[in-house]
Amino acid sequence: MLSLTIKEVSLALREGRISPTELCKKCLNRIKKMHHLNAYITVTEETALQQAQQAEDRLQRGVPKGPLDGVPFAIKDNFCTANIKTTCASNMLKDYTPPFNATVVQKLLDQGGVLVGKTNLDEFAMGSGSIDGVFGPVKNPWSFAAPYRELTGASPDSDWVITGGSSGGSAAAVASLSSFLALGSDTGGSTRNPGALCGVVALKPTYGLLSRHGLIPLVNSMDVPGIMTRCVSDAAMVLDILKGHDIRDSTTVHSPSTSAEFPEDFDVQNIRVGIPKEYHAPGLSAQAAAQWSRVADLFERAGARVEQVSLPHTQFSIVCYYVLCCAEVASNMARFDGLEYGHRSETGHSTEVLYASTRHEGFNDVVRGRILCGNYFLLKKNYEHYFLKAQRVRRLIAEDFRRVFDAGVDVLLTPTTLTDAARYHDFKSENSQARSVQEDLFTQPVNLAGLPAVCVPTALSKRGLPIGLQLIGPAFQDKKLLGVARWLEQRVGFPSISDCEDSLESQDQTGEMKREFNTAV
Amino acid sequence: SPAGRCGGLEVHAQINTSTKLFSASPVGFSAPPNSLVSFFDASLPGTLPVLNKQCVEAAVKTGLALHCSINTKSFFDRNTTFIKNRYACSFQAGYQITQQRRPIAVDGMLTYSLLRGKKWNQVMRKCVHIKQIQLEQDSGKSLHDDVQSQTLIDLNRAGVGLMELVMEPDMCCGEEAAAAVRELQLILQALGTCQGNMSEGQLRVDANVSVHRPGEPLGVRTEVKNINSIRYLAKAIDFEIQRQIDVLQRGGTVFNETRAYDSKSGETIPMRDKEGLQDYRFMPEPNLPPLVVYVDEASLPAGIDASQAVLVEKIKEALPELPSLKRDRLVQTYGILPEHSYTLVNEDGLVEFFEAVLKATTKEPRKVIGWVTNELLGHLKQQDLSVSQSLVSPSALAELLELQEMGHISSSAAKQVFQEMTRSSGKTALHIIQEQDLGLVSDSDQLHNICQRVVDSHPNEVHAIRSGNKKVLNKLMGLVQKETKGRADPVLVRTILQEKTL
Repeated sequence: MLSLTIKEVSLALREGRISPTELCKKCLNRIKKMHHLNAYITVTEETALQQAQQAEDRLQRGVPKGPLDGVPFAIKDNFCTANIKTTCASNMLKDYTPPFNATVVQKLLDQGGVLVGKTNLDEFAMGSGSIDGVFGPVKNPWSFAAPYRELTGASPDSDWVITGGSSGGSAAAVASLSSFLALGSDTGGSTRNPGALCGVVALKPTYGLLSRHGLIPLVNSMDVPGIMTRCVSDAAMVLDILKGHDIRDSTTVHSPSTSAEFPEDFDVQNIRVGIPKEYHAPGLSAQAAAQWSRVADLFERAGARVEQVSLPHTQFSIVCYYVLCCAEVASNMARFDGLEYGHRSETGHSTEVLYASTRHEGFNDVVRGRILCGNYFLLKKNYEHYFLKAQRVRRLIAEDFRRVFDAGVDVLLTPTTLTDAARYHDFKSENSQARSVQEDLFTQPVNLAGLPAVCVPTALSKRGLPIGLQLIGPAFQDKKLLGVARWLEQRVGFPSISDCEDSLESQDQTGEMKREFNTAV
Repeated sequence: SPAGRCGGLEVHAQINTSTKLFSASPVGFSAPPNSLVSFFDASLPGTLPVLNKQCVEAAVKTGLALHCSINTKSFFDRNTTFIKNRYACSFQAGYQITQQRRPIAVDGMLTYSLLRGKKWNQVMRKCVHIKQIQLEQDSGKSLHDDVQSQTLIDLNRAGVGLMELVMEPDMCCGEEAAAAVRELQLILQALGTCQGNMSEGQLRVDANVSVHRPGEPLGVRTEVKNINSIRYLAKAIDFEIQRQIDVLQRGGTVFNETRAYDSKSGETIPMRDKEGLQDYRFMPEPNLPPLVVYVDEASLPAGIDASQAVLVEKIKEALPELPSLKRDRLVQTYGILPEHSYTLVNEDGLVEFFEAVLKATTKEPRKVIGWVTNELLGHLKQQDLSVSQSLVSPSALAELLELQEMGHISSSAAKQVFQEMTRSSGKTALHIIQEQDLGLVSDSDQLHNICQRVVDSHPNEVHAIRSGNKKVLNKLMGLVQKETKGRADPVLVRTILQEKTL
């Protein structure tokens, strides 16, 4: 039951094959069983059961609120939830309880969704490993599944792999079957990266399509709520629920031009699939590259026109992102001073000392480093040289994409990450900035350009870990993009983690695989 | 020797709207601390600014009244310069949303006048250029208790909409700056875009002051803050000009610094909150799209609802009569002196009072104006009352003037009656005249007797009149009026005296 898609479980609920309360309890049990993953910061057991009971009443009366009625979901812990702690995995907000719901959270609740918990992340979503938060690192569920264990002989306690990040908790929640849907946030790849490494569908919608109201910001001009599900159709359904103008977020758009229906059977014949040549990056693993060409071949064989395209400014995106990110971070973090909410230092004997020690204790090194850099980039003498230059580069990167799409390319096909998930110990040994430089190469340009992109898991690597590919579309063509993604999903045959379930649930049993892993060639 | 120069003014005008610039919390003065604070005003994480259309309309209206060009597309910026410390932690988000790159209105002009001459009857027209009008957030207030090392914060004001008007350095002394700000205040009040009360902080003026020798460029400037009345503005600028001249003449250096005006000592003193290096850090505000206003309905692109859009021409059509036009109209319509038109317009509600009196009396406007600008206004100033608080209503004053016009009382008696009216609310002029026997004495016998007494007791004056110095007759008339307490009919008295001094 837990491995169903939203559509399937929604049908099961309506047909009475399972009640929302039973389903909720199953998910809560699953969360407990998967506790070692550290996917959740807060489990909202009590309110979840209340919400499930209400859904049950509605379903029994035959008046469900919508397709999500009674369906458990999880939210990254940087979305505000009324009366439920929202920590950003930071000491600063460790005990912060917002008085309101983020718009996207409210929309899911309005559909009858059952919130089971708030998921773990890198502190203030700054990171690509989900290892930097104050509540500890998130473990990739595939670390404990049969393929990885059998193919690598890894030891469960020391050789676990990371989820990617920063929405690692959300990805782990969906992948480990404790939640049918999870929201992440995506500023430079924070939804797609863990989506790829945990083998779930991860959608970063067009900037402006979904409200950011209640999302505690990292970079306002790039943040978007991300959607993580088990299949593309589910992502399309959730997108439909969440999208739309929000009076509380002035950057959301009115009625996007392409609000067309999601095509379940998209015909890829004659579409043009672009392969950006600059994405053949150093460090791209052979297996990821092999998946890339395998899928390109799939498209070609189906009659699509697969062609090499150029996005010449790609190489500048990481540094451009870094400058713009730090600049916004510096101002976005200025509000946290311990006065009205959040952590307040005990050592403040004067107002200045209080501010300083509060902020020192409240933020980790990564956050403090970016604040410092951001203020430096914005200094009057540096503004032109760093900030303005980065903005110009951002425009060039956006124009790269526009040129390609204007030339008739329908969708770009790229890797999502350089490799499959790294072992925690390997990942931790590199410093944070070097890590993000490597990890966000394929995902950040999309945020700089505000485009929609979706990561679809395509295969397990030779280590038995997921590999995902990314599809990028023109702005506001999210539905068409998902149509292409759905086509791809149906052809790659990525295994469900439940197929590798045995060792995941009870680690002393040898997993008997129900179907052959689709490992990379 | 160096000449003074007020190097421009920065005026912060609180926009008179019911809600704040980027949130729905109400705007109010003297509400209990932190009672008018939304989640956004308290800068809770995850909240976003939502622009208040009323504030945009107010800025456009003000821009049009000051002959600015309205930028149909303008931008919002984050000013991240503010460092939180005990003196300035009043932007709770740590930054202020303002319009640095392209403000809503630019390149305007404010025309104001100076009244000069012995009787303030020479009107000198002056102009000051308005560089720009930008929309921005007001700050909260913080109060620091040095003894207990505590900082108290009130966020009621945080996020109230401000128009920052930047005036070019076209003024040369405190008096000019004061006159310009006074005119601006009247314009804002006429528009209703700002209530303009300086003591409540609705209008705040910072003055940049520098001095230079004629022909040389302006020297280093200082910024004078904390000026909360127009009178102090003039004093602060003049003090600062003189201070800088003194410093330079002593061979010293003027520093680029922020100074506060201390109204008690009448001096400017360096402020503490801007110690250290100032570095202005701005970045585009990412949560607000460009602010677009449209010329008129015809220029609206498809899909934009006219009721949601700000239309410049529509606002222009609805502009009220501005003070300068009102003054011209008063001079032309009623034939009053220009300086009187200033007095009328300067006082809130006085034009309306004056016109209401005119409607109810046959007395000529030129004769009524003195009553309004001298008697009435003098009384109000003395009692520290506003026009709307006046105990004498326009109709009551009109009745009094009508009695005088009809010859029932003399003008000096009328003034006595007026004084009485200001003391005893509700008593009509007629009632007071009867009660105090102030009616005109026109009993010919009685007047003959009084005149005879005066003529008899002033032989020298009578002699002078008889020798041709007719003006001396006025002195005798004055003596008769004194005897009658100003109640004698002057025409009759003159006739009788002329007869008796033939």
